[in-house]
Amino acid sequence: MRAHLAIAVGLIGTAVLDGTSHAEQSRPTIHSATEYLSVGMHAEQDDESRNRGMLWVDLGETLWNEPAGQSGKSCASCHGASEHLNGIAARYPRIDPATAQLLNLEGRINQCRINHQKAPALAYETNELLGLTAMIARHSRGMPVNVEIGGLAQSYFESGRQLWTTRQGQMNLACVQCHVDNVGRKLRGDTISSGVGTGYPAYRLEWQGIGSLHRRLRACQIGVRAVPFEQGAPEYLALELYLAWRATGTTLDAPALRR
Amino acid sequence: MRPSRIVIPETAKAGEVIEIKALIQHPMVTGHTAAGANTEPRDIIHTLAVTYDGAEIFRADFFPGVAANPYVAFTTRATVSGDVVFTWTDDKGEETRQTRTLRVS
Repeated sequence: MRAHLAIAVGLIGTAVLDGTSHAEQSRPTIHSATEYLSVGMHAEQDDESRNRGMLWVDLGETLWNEPAGQSGKSCASCHGASEHLNGIAARYPRIDPATAQLLNLEGRINQCRINHQKAPALAYETNELLGLTAMIARHSRGMPVNVEIGGLAQSYFESGRQLWTTRQGQMNLACVQCHVDNVGRKLRGDTISSGVGTGYPAYRLEWQGIGSLHRRLRACQIGVRAVPFEQGAPEYLALELYLAWRATGTTLDAPALRR
Repeated sequence: MRPSRIVIPETAKAGEVIEIKALIQHPMVTGHTAAGANTEPRDIIHTLAVTYDGAEIFRADFFPGVAANPYVAFTTRATVSGDVVFTWTDDKGEETRQTRTLRVS
């Protein structure tokens, strides 16, 4: 009997890891990490006078209106007041029509800086880039994620799904083994969520500061003792698109509070 | 001057109890390090002092156990119109000062 059970569990495991299985084709029910916050942390996330991510949002708002680079233009010179950014973050990552490349918010900001502001790109995890992304993401708070996965995005989507379902690292674990099979269960002191990035950039207590989704992905990879990619790597961009598709309909709550 | 966020009503009735919230960006470096790790000297905000119309109404001492970007909330009784001045001081002597004006009717 015990042997039969073990075989059955093994078969289920294989089915989930197979990228073409039914469970992965249709979107599963998503549990954002916000659902698993303590009452106190949830209240802190929702109260903008206490949410420490708002310090970076303020910086982003300042930078939005400040001229940068040789062009002497600010973001606002072309895009107008930041209020016009409502809903933008919910549609990223997306294909840039001009270059046919997949861009996330960070990539879009840097593309604008290089091409239009004639300013150097901002590095991941600098306060400036975190501030701008946090500010833009905040303007989509409460809005459902809705990304395009057809057309030129298709190949990115497929590689994202492949990374999501591939075992990696010394632990030999794929993303799905925690973030599909064990959602709602404990991993050390925290509850495993569906692994969607709807709260990022997020203020993470472990970091004592705000960080990008790619930094969080690195933390997961380091956790399974894999060699992490660099922030902004094409692998992470593809995974970011796949995560966003999984999160379709889930509301954004950046800058969120995470443990 | 470090980035900070202060929430305080602009107006209040005399005798009313008002809530004040103050948040500041600071890494709060504890100075405690594991063996073999780089040692970075302690640099925390050690004091927040708040005056209202020139008189101190609130003072907080912080210690290395306090998390980065410290947040405090407290209440006070509105008495007269005047400036509420927030002064945070860290171990390097850097001061961040913010002033808000409360109008009391």
